[in-house]
Amino acid sequence: MLGNGLLKGLAETARNFFGSYVDKDRLTTIQFPEERAPRIEASRNFPFLVYDGTDPQAGLRCVSCLICEKECPPKCIFIEKSTDKKPDAVGKPQFYPTRFNIDVSVCMSCQICVEVCPFDAIKMDNDFEASATGRFSDLLWTKERLAKSNEYYHQVHPTEAADVDAALAAARAKAAAPKPAASPAPPAPSATGGAPEK
Amino acid sequence: MMHLPLTQTIDQIFVLSKAWIMGHVPVAFQPISSAILSVAPVLVVFPLLFAITTVLERKGLGRMQNRYGPNRVGPFGFWQPIADGIKSLTKEDVIPRTADQVVHFLAPLLLVLAAFLAYAVLPIGRNMVIANLSAGVLFFFAIGSMVELAVFMAGWSSHSKYSLLGAMRAVAQMISYEIPLVLSSIVVIMATGTLSTVAIVDAQTRYIGILPHWYVLTPWGFCGFVLFMIAATAESNRSPFDLPEGESEIIAGYYIEYSGFKFALFFLGEYLGMFATSGLAITLFLGGWSAPFSFLTWIPSYLWFFLKLLVFIAAFIWVRGTFPRLRMDQLMGFAWKFMLPMSLLNLIDAAVWHLMPHNILRWLVCIAILAIPCFLLSLNLKQRKQLQIRTYRFAE
Repeated sequence: MLGNGLLKGLAETARNFFGSYVDKDRLTTIQFPEERAPRIEASRNFPFLVYDGTDPQAGLRCVSCLICEKECPPKCIFIEKSTDKKPDAVGKPQFYPTRFNIDVSVCMSCQICVEVCPFDAIKMDNDFEASATGRFSDLLWTKERLAKSNEYYHQVHPTEAADVDAALAAARAKAAAPKPAASPAPPAPSATGGAPEK
Repeated sequence: MMHLPLTQTIDQIFVLSKAWIMGHVPVAFQPISSAILSVAPVLVVFPLLFAITTVLERKGLGRMQNRYGPNRVGPFGFWQPIADGIKSLTKEDVIPRTADQVVHFLAPLLLVLAAFLAYAVLPIGRNMVIANLSAGVLFFFAIGSMVELAVFMAGWSSHSKYSLLGAMRAVAQMISYEIPLVLSSIVVIMATGTLSTVAIVDAQTRYIGILPHWYVLTPWGFCGFVLFMIAATAESNRSPFDLPEGESEIIAGYYIEYSGFKFALFFLGEYLGMFATSGLAITLFLGGWSAPFSFLTWIPSYLWFFLKLLVFIAAFIWVRGTFPRLRMDQLMGFAWKFMLPMSLLNLIDAAVWHLMPHNILRWLVCIAILAIPCFLLSLNLKQRKQLQIRTYRFAE
């Protein structure tokens, strides 16, 4: 009969219309500024620099090897390498970036910097509220703004951060262990990019 | 003047207050001031209704899709139309360089003008009509066809292929559906023997028992009403007949090159046209301003008109929230293969109804005349071709 499907469709929308007033579970929209959904662990949208310890600048894992700057496809990373060495969070003297800037408006969130970093120093954040009001002052993020603690990393990507920490600890233990005399081979490069030089 | 009972005074409050004001106006200015006093309320009330409808529509559609709809501006988002209005007023008014400037400027104005002119013959209450023309229904349809001109002006003058395609679709659709629209309203003219909208409403204000003498309560009236409303939906370019706009194919159809306030004027014109055709449907089939039951006649007539109009608006929103857009061939096929034969049959049905003696047999015969062809035509409309995996003859 003509119109059967039409009536079925009308009944369905009517059920939705009245149901949405009665049954709150139907309304799946989260009223964003007031309510927030928990951030999704697997999401990534912008890199940040990880630091260990308490001092955001001295504790940066970055040793300014410039790999990320060279690999960055849109060339949005700008690093100036230091001329001297300073002790890092572990106490080992390292080069450090005197300047580490990322242009937010250029970054395309490809995560290549994270993949190439041999020191686990740069990681992806999932903070999506990155809107800025200043066109020139707010879009170039300096290393002060990019530095975030390892605890924060654990908070946003718990599984991944635990893996990274385990790999780093293993690498450090291997480096600290008394070297067997006949072993010229460097530590095998691990899949997680463990830091062999630390 | 003040000897009327209270209910009648409330019913006639606008008519009486206009007469009172007119009594204080010098005779030389009486025609012009009378016209202003009649037209100004329409110019205020219906755009206001448009504003309310936009927010109700957005909220209603939202609820049908299990969303909240706009809820940011004011309590429950009800000041949203004000924000929309300010936005459209402050936007840049872009005119394409290759556009025909004059026609491009005139098209939205003509559309709104045509939509407003149609209200001249709508009786929105007892003794409340701007012009009681003896050919009111004819005037309404004549003005209604101005909309096609405005739409084609917009599409042609924009000098864009999308807008031209949209305008072509719109004109094809509106002309196709104008025929069933007019033919389905002729049954009422046959019944009343007049083209005056006021006389048509007066003919329906009688009651049989408590039931009203509305034409929708007869077989030909019901069929005519349904056909009229389908055609009215197509005429006002609303979903599921919104091919001229077709957001997903031709972006916005004939008004793609419009921005800012002209864009808002197109929306205003479209909604005003929808209200006007709904108003005509109410006038023709649902007894205009008359109450649905004899014991409810104490409620003022203009309230009944607007209540009925709100029900129509709700139905339009409901339909928009439910049905997907038709394809062009389905649209045309429906107009010419179903609507047109049914509206012609409806004329015969109305004639049979008037010629047969008043008994139950008349009901059965008249329902059968409509129901059997409706069923047969619907079989014809059904697509026999089943969907299947596409086979290629040449490319393997």
